[in-house]
Amino acid sequence: MNTNLYLTAFKTIVIKEVNRFARIWIQTILPPAVSMTLYFVIFGNLIGPRIGTMEGFDYIQYIAPGIIMMSIINSAYANVVSSFFGAKFQRHIEEMLVAPIPNLVILSGYITGGVARGMMVGFVVTLVALFFTELHIEHPVIVVTIVLLTSILFSLAGFINGIFAKKFDDIAIIPSFVLTPLIYLGGVFYSINLLPEIWQLISKFNPILYMVNAFRYGMLGVSDINIQTAFAIIIIFNVTLFSLCLYLLNKGIGIKS
Amino acid sequence: MKALKISNLKKTYRGGLQALKGIDLEVDEGDFFALLGPNGAGKSTTIGIITSLVNKTEGMINVFDLDIDSHSVEAKSLIGVAPQEVNFSQFENPLEILLNQAGYYGINRKTAYGRAEKYLRKLGLWGKRNDPSRTLSGGFKRRLMIARALVHEPKLLILDEPTAGVDVELRRSMWDFLIDINKQGTTIVLTTHYLEEAENLCKNVAIIDKGNIIENTSVRSLLSKLDIETFIFDLKVPQTTPPKISNYVCHMLDQSTLQIDISKQQGLNNLFKQFSAQNIEILSMRNKYNRLEELFISLLEDNSTDK
Repeated sequence: MNTNLYLTAFKTIVIKEVNRFARIWIQTILPPAVSMTLYFVIFGNLIGPRIGTMEGFDYIQYIAPGIIMMSIINSAYANVVSSFFGAKFQRHIEEMLVAPIPNLVILSGYITGGVARGMMVGFVVTLVALFFTELHIEHPVIVVTIVLLTSILFSLAGFINGIFAKKFDDIAIIPSFVLTPLIYLGGVFYSINLLPEIWQLISKFNPILYMVNAFRYGMLGVSDINIQTAFAIIIIFNVTLFSLCLYLLNKGIGIKS
Repeated sequence: MKALKISNLKKTYRGGLQALKGIDLEVDEGDFFALLGPNGAGKSTTIGIITSLVNKTEGMINVFDLDIDSHSVEAKSLIGVAPQEVNFSQFENPLEILLNQAGYYGINRKTAYGRAEKYLRKLGLWGKRNDPSRTLSGGFKRRLMIARALVHEPKLLILDEPTAGVDVELRRSMWDFLIDINKQGTTIVLTTHYLEEAENLCKNVAIIDKGNIIENTSVRSLLSKLDIETFIFDLKVPQTTPPKISNYVCHMLDQSTLQIDISKQQGLNNLFKQFSAQNIEILSMRNKYNRLEELFISLLEDNSTDK
């Protein structure tokens, strides 16, 4: 009996989350499509031909997976942090807290909402990319798996940000000062093999490097890092963040007095 | 069966504020129960703990014999709550809000739609079902929260100041609605600052002050403790001098209005005899204060003196 209850509750949260970002698609779906178009125009078409090839691919082909991954990461994170903080701010998170829903279901619902937006934006940006270059998919299973795992990971990260956030500034600080630098330095626009050894080593502490490269491996078949290592790191991050989210929810941190 | 049983409930907030100092409370199934107290007495904290929005420090709560800690899912399914402050999404419309709430309680969309229609109609919100909730007036927002609390048809309905800021007409219609819901078997626990509301609606009452229950009894037996009531009499013919009313404490408020304190032992017959003897015609009479209000204030004053 409870399984049906949990499934219905889960479906309700997911529908609510998808409706939320679909209702405001001008804020949620369109901006990444526009900004990624600019990346393709500037870095791909204007600067790219002067750079030449990278790892045997045209520059625009080389950066396309990274740009798609960047939009997925940003969207998954932004969806969960803004939705969960909004629910806290307007106090309608209480609708779920008073209901007979385990925290696991609440968390899964929000994460699925984040994954849905990440994938939707990823799909739109991929369509944009097809206007500028040809895309190949060398390893479809890896592409799908890595998109799923990465969007889960950043949805979880957004959830933690949402739990601790007390004001709107708090949900802008992490994306601006942590996420964006990590993405830009995570091998989206270059191969770390171009960097001096010390910077190559430092880059390997950036988890986004593993996601971008694993995705690039899935699409192009090339990667700066070992693909098994990338999967292991992403899975470890997912398990750790998921456990942390559940712990924070169970303790009522940021949501109960 | 007890709809609600609270044992030794304590809550100390971070920072040291002791909001509840070990309260015990029982509410019978089918009761219409008032939880009264001044601002900051601990009413909302108690409700917050019952509904899992506030972590308790110590104590035990049973809802229809189910411990809310060990049988959380079952217990929560039996409770509906309309909080004091608006807590629904300002971007959703009333229909979406009710459908979502039903979904959180495991009710499928088809059943949820029927329930949402039923309660939105009953509370006069069906015509506004597609309006963004932020555009609703204060009274409609309160009704929406009551409809939302009922959509999973709980056995225990908790209303935290449901008529605060609501106009008189709407308040009366909400009272009728709540009386109807209670008659159908739903146990209702109500907090309110309108003591007239508690007196009119509730069978039993508890008064909480400074984190302690200072009175817990039936409204009738509480009112029976009231020794003196103050009445206002409107006179047909204005009087230039105060009438001589013996054995009663009498004040002339203006030439047409008398205020008289009447104890239970004195009654009204003797007073009216004196009015008749002096050819004073009374147009109307009323209580100066709500009766429960007089008691409430005196109990709080006693509690304050005791400490």
